[in-house]
Amino acid sequence: MPEMTCIVCPVGCRMTVKVTGTAVEVTGNGCRRGLEYARQEAIAPQRVLTAVVAVAGAEQPLPVKTARPIPKEKLFAAMAEVKTLRPQPPIRIGQVLKEDLAGTGVALVAAKNF
Amino acid sequence: MLEKDTDLVVIGAGPAGLAAALAAAEAGVGEVILIDRLEEPGGILQQCIHNGFGLRYFGEELTGPEYAWRFIEPLAQYPQIQLKTGTMVIELTADRRVVAINPRDGLVVYRAKAVILAMGCRERPRGAINIPGSRPAGIFTAGTVQRLMNIEGLLPGKTAVILGSGDIGLIMARRLTLEGVKVRAVLELLPYSSGLQRNIVQCLDDYQIPLYLSHTVTRIRGEQRVSAVEVAPVDDRLQPLSDQRFAIDCDTLVLSVGLVPENELSVNAGVQLDPATGGPLVDSNYQTNLPGIFACGNVVHVHDLVDDVTEESRMAGGAAALYIRGQLAKVTMIRVSGGRNVRSVVPQQIAPDRPTTLYVRARFPERNRILRVADNDRTKLPVVAPGETIRYTLTPKELQEYREDLSISIEGGASHA
Repeated sequence: MPEMTCIVCPVGCRMTVKVTGTAVEVTGNGCRRGLEYARQEAIAPQRVLTAVVAVAGAEQPLPVKTARPIPKEKLFAAMAEVKTLRPQPPIRIGQVLKEDLAGTGVALVAAKNF
Repeated sequence: MLEKDTDLVVIGAGPAGLAAALAAAEAGVGEVILIDRLEEPGGILQQCIHNGFGLRYFGEELTGPEYAWRFIEPLAQYPQIQLKTGTMVIELTADRRVVAINPRDGLVVYRAKAVILAMGCRERPRGAINIPGSRPAGIFTAGTVQRLMNIEGLLPGKTAVILGSGDIGLIMARRLTLEGVKVRAVLELLPYSSGLQRNIVQCLDDYQIPLYLSHTVTRIRGEQRVSAVEVAPVDDRLQPLSDQRFAIDCDTLVLSVGLVPENELSVNAGVQLDPATGGPLVDSNYQTNLPGIFACGNVVHVHDLVDDVTEESRMAGGAAALYIRGQLAKVTMIRVSGGRNVRSVVPQQIAPDRPTTLYVRARFPERNRILRVADNDRTKLPVVAPGETIRYTLTPKELQEYREDLSISIEGGASHA
């Protein structure tokens, strides 16, 4: 049975995951979120992407994140798209900078006022 | 030179200082001077753009700047908090005089009724680990790389080797990779990583970055710029096995070799430090040995979680408010010491009349152990790792049993696996 370290929170529970067909059996998780993570990870791993984008007319970049986790295999495609963005200030924390980042259906949002 | 009486001075406006200042203001302190040497509050959180902050405290997963904003935004509701950014504290005395300087006010001496130390920690640099070789450009601490990439918008190089598997090093391995820098290897002197397990998974394994345990850099090559590092495995006594050394080409060496609480001000004032943490000895109120001088956050001990910093800093802020009003109860504290496989315990003195959360750091990794308080087994520890703090809250009921010095240890569990 494959072992898995939960990455949902810094506790990092060590879990065992057993996949039988479409059923995923998880042991060792400390909470419900860990269970959901293990199921998702066994089938289609996802990650939140954080990065910075250049802001029009500013020297310093703006920290950004995906509003939800995106498929792991889309991380580099998403980064490439992040690099094309040049948001205009003023920017509010939580403001959507790009809907549907790299075809993931997930928005990229500002993580700071700018 | 301007001298000014005030209620509370908080030194450092990172997560610790912000939480402490807010808690003190909420508790009715009339004037709080919150000082930071940077132009923006938030401390190191502003460059920690990765997510994972706040799960325990807010039940949400936030990035560093978002977590900081949760404490910066409410400052507006508390006009009694005066935020002084771009301001450097150059001296602190035992009688709570804080000498601060900035280009607007010049030199100001605050005579404070209470002081909270919240200066955080700093990274150990190359000099702290004595790597031989030339001194080319391209050698950075992980935090410097983080600042360059996330605040300045600059890339440090094209191919990197990271020495040390602390959390910042792991997080920067991922960050560099996502920005197109080739991370050739992460090297760790010890046989285990000092970072959180989740960061090994999501920062290294996700990107197939190799982690070499029990390896170190034995020489840095390069004239103008780093061209390669020589790497060797180490034996049980951490001595390099030079006959097995090999070179890894890279233009950048990133050092993630530990953090040290920043206590120059504290030491000069006469604050006693704990050699195990590098931070002040504190009690349940997060008060140091000097009356009215409190400390919280990474200046006390290096935390894994900012959520814990917030909790303990709120406690320090509340206690400072009581102290200012002359209401901080004087109780006889129980001294706490570390026993088997315990490197440090914070706070080092606890009040028996209230719940106190202990932060325990192990010396070496183990499995299936038990946290023992004096002679009592208190909680099971399936996994013990030096990189992951053990939290345990002692209740007043438990504390009734103890009147003398208390030893905290990690002992063999019932079932060994």
